Amino acid sequence: MDGIHDLGGMQGFGRVAHTNNSLSYKPVFHEDWEHLAYSLLFLAADGMKVFSVDELRHAIERMNARHYFGSPYYDRIVIGTATLLVEYGVITQKELDEMLGTRFELARPYFSQGRQTRAGRQPFEVGDTVRVRDEFVPGHIRMPGYVRGRHGVVLHRTKEKWPFPDSIGHGKEALHEPTYHVRFNARELWGEAADDGFVVVDLFEGYLDKVELPAARKDAAGLAQRENAHV
Amino acid sequence: MNQHTSNQQATPDERARALHKVLLDKKLIPDGYIESFTKLMEHDWDPSNGARVVARAWVDPAYRKLLLEDGTAACAQFGYTGPQGEYIVALENTPTLQNVIVCSLCSCTNWPVLGLPPEWYKSFEYRARLVREGRTVLRELGEDLPDDVIVQVWDTTAETRYLVLPVRPEGTGHMSEEELAGLVTKDVLIGVARPVAPRA
Repeated sequence: MDGIHDLGGMQGFGRVAHTNNSLSYKPVFHEDWEHLAYSLLFLAADGMKVFSVDELRHAIERMNARHYFGSPYYDRIVIGTATLLVEYGVITQKELDEMLGTRFELARPYFSQGRQTRAGRQPFEVGDTVRVRDEFVPGHIRMPGYVRGRHGVVLHRTKEKWPFPDSIGHGKEALHEPTYHVRFNARELWGEAADDGFVVVDLFEGYLDKVELPAARKDAAGLAQRENAHV
Repeated sequence: MNQHTSNQQATPDERARALHKVLLDKKLIPDGYIESFTKLMEHDWDPSNGARVVARAWVDPAYRKLLLEDGTAACAQFGYTGPQGEYIVALENTPTLQNVIVCSLCSCTNWPVLGLPPEWYKSFEYRARLVREGRTVLRELGEDLPDDVIVQVWDTTAETRYLVLPVRPEGTGHMSEEELAGLVTKDVLIGVARPVAPRA
């Protein structure tokens, strides 16, 4: 979904509030409730096996945009975890509301059933030029919008396979497939309104199609590839 | 129970504690679960782990080769494995290539090797801007790269978790592996900073 979470390339943001090597990163948590966010998430997802981390990401994406933007990071983890525990019937909204003493605002309900990947396709090879599918998906997807429809070059195919996010993120059975580290030229994504350089995105096979290039384009793609040290 | 009037906003800590208490009251939290997971997050997953991996790769060519071919196996040799560290790829910098890590969609990070992501890494500013203005963001953070250095940003959008393998700084030939590890900070492992040799 084209949600507020899909921030890559969005303009209007100021400086990152950091100076390199100025922090010790100790203590890890700044407030004494923050450890509860990941602890309760992993209790539910890993300990109790109620839902997957993909569903947690989807639940956070389902938060009303104002709610998402107004909530600190660990708060979003808590809200996503609480949402799924209510949806799966482990706890109830009423129990949360009574414990909090006010309304415990959760993410919005599902508005898509998700989808399955395209099975039985030929895997891509390192050096292949691929095109990200030009499609708009209402449910969970782990394709940042800035690469939609764009061409890139495969740098790496993972040796492992994982469940297709658009299925498992909706709690559905999912086919497993590899992901590809696909390199894009930043200026091809955003023109001159970007710094020069590359962006490498880790994309599931189902998001990609192979592009057969004419010989001249292939030379250019190969040249770009040789400039890169990590292949 | 907290006392709120209907139009009062609860705070993040109140929400976290309310969810915790609801689960506790239902006896769904095994004894010690939160304490042991918190210990992992606060103590075991630490950027000094990634620093040890980098320092070893700087002094041991065979280890460096393994790290670049199979980062998961190389990190597992130190015991650095577990949630958010199940498929690790090391990104090799060169004098003309600077790799940098981000997660534009959420905040995925290589927990066992880098530790939990810092606040700035999870910020909307970093997530929005790095992929598009990598060189500018690095300059603002304090790493003003020469023009001949290419910036290559890695968006952590699936299950691969990364660490940056920086170039060993000039003038560190005399340093021990342990001393070298001291040059590798969390910011270096993310790729927003390059390590520097201590002043002689």
